[in-house]
Amino acid sequence: MNHYRGPARSNPLPGFGLTLGFTVLYLSVIVLIPIAALALKALHLSWQELWRLATNPRALAAYELSLGAALVAALLNAGFGSLLAWVLVRYRFPGRRLLDGLIDFPFALPTAVAGLTLADLFSAHGWLGRFLVPMGFQGAYTRLGVVLALTFVGLPFSVRTLQPLLENLDKGVEEAAAMLGAGRRRTFVSVIAPTLLPAVLTGFGLAFARGLGEYGSIVFISGNLPRTEIAPTLVVARLENGDYTGAIGVALVLMVFSFVLLFTLNWLQGWSSKFQRP
Amino acid sequence: MILPPSTIESQKAAPASTQEPGWVKWLLIGVAGLFAAVFLLLPLINVFVQAFSSGVGAYWQALRDKDTVSAIELTLLVAGISVPMNVVFGVAASWAIAKFEFRGKAVLLTFIDLPFSVSPVVAGLMFVLLCGVNGLMGPWLQAHHIKIIFAVPGIVLATIFVTFPFVARELIPIMEDQGREQEEAALTLGAGGWQTFWHVSLPSVKWGMLYGIILCNARAMGEFGAVSVVSGRITGLTDTLPLRVEKLFNSFDPAAPFAVATLLALLALVTLGLKTFLEWKSRGEEGPG
Repeated sequence: MNHYRGPARSNPLPGFGLTLGFTVLYLSVIVLIPIAALALKALHLSWQELWRLATNPRALAAYELSLGAALVAALLNAGFGSLLAWVLVRYRFPGRRLLDGLIDFPFALPTAVAGLTLADLFSAHGWLGRFLVPMGFQGAYTRLGVVLALTFVGLPFSVRTLQPLLENLDKGVEEAAAMLGAGRRRTFVSVIAPTLLPAVLTGFGLAFARGLGEYGSIVFISGNLPRTEIAPTLVVARLENGDYTGAIGVALVLMVFSFVLLFTLNWLQGWSSKFQRP
Repeated sequence: MILPPSTIESQKAAPASTQEPGWVKWLLIGVAGLFAAVFLLLPLINVFVQAFSSGVGAYWQALRDKDTVSAIELTLLVAGISVPMNVVFGVAASWAIAKFEFRGKAVLLTFIDLPFSVSPVVAGLMFVLLCGVNGLMGPWLQAHHIKIIFAVPGIVLATIFVTFPFVARELIPIMEDQGREQEEAALTLGAGGWQTFWHVSLPSVKWGMLYGIILCNARAMGEFGAVSVVSGRITGLTDTLPLRVEKLFNSFDPAAPFAVATLLALLALVTLGLKTFLEWKSRGEEGPG
């Protein structure tokens, strides 16, 4: 009588209950309960007060700089990151492997060290600052500095998202375009670029999301000035003053930003996978 | 990467218009190389040069400072707890997700990725709201004399949160690729569950697991935002290495923060080296023969 077999029929492997149970327990303790704590604390507060603190001028200025700096940094990364990915995949030149390895450096380097060294490089006595500051390019303790730090931490996202797609790109399509009489520029604009667009956008979104949450490097390069205050810095500043309500308000806005981005990115990745060959 | 001869031939034979003109190619390489040199290499070199700007003696003195030594010890302790915890979780999660079908798998996967999209500062705040003096569990913890916030347990929890997905995310796709045939064969041949896991499943994911571990470790040792919120920055007690760098940065000794930063920069270089080695290793094993 083999009409009915339990769900274990096709799967004799042991340990499902144990591993899934542990996974859910650990996930709850480390991630879900802390998130719930934030939500519960927010629910205890009065909505008017929370709204007022989340949208007062200081908070609005912080969101504006956070969004603006992360956007500019992500745009810079989309440009330079695409260039780096293209050069690494398409060309062979001395030092290519070193360059390839260097791309992950911002991932591996603690952000505090990144902020420390960038602030020094772009300050008036630094290696770059001593040339750039006289030219009016103030890279340390300014809003520009925030952009520079966010560009540094976000760079690998753009390159590493685009690289695998470029590697798998069908060269036959380019050859076909060339045989049909398209020049190299035309081939790039009409054939290659549209295929790469979803991956460039995904990399852009990842770098943007990373920039919105970044704190470690900003502490060093922003110089703790009111005009360089980003949203995560404001959360810390309010917390240090014992203003929990204010910190929660900004934190909730940051969470909303990152969830909206997360959903957009998931949708984008679904879209871009249609462009990849199986 | 060495291309097989046939590929090189075909590239040579390709029509000229599927290649950029030589000057365009070298211009692009030049711009990309310059950007990487200025933006990636120079910051790295700068850390070491500034660290020794007050001399080798000052460098060693900064590293031998007792508060720096305690920061090194704390960083090693925190990584030593949080990385193994996340490895155990990563193995358990990937086993359940890759080897079994169940409802809610997609939701579980989304939850595992969640810590990556939460700002580290907000992550720290969550633990303060949960375990701090005014937190939800605050009164209970105080009654039992358990100190989590502004103490080592809070630093460990915040570190585990921000490094949560690293190992699991590496292991899940590898285990999914491998399917269940080998384990099923081992079980059929009479091996026990643990035996199968230790001798069949684990060896086949070991490189991916190491890859996840080194990335997890780099982040665990270098985390700043989440840790700074929960640590309270008590010198000599709750300062990790990155927090120590910030404290020295505000102390107006120009070389000292860079001296401590060299340790973290070395960590980054070792991480990159191991990562490259593991990528090369796993590529070699995937290839035929």
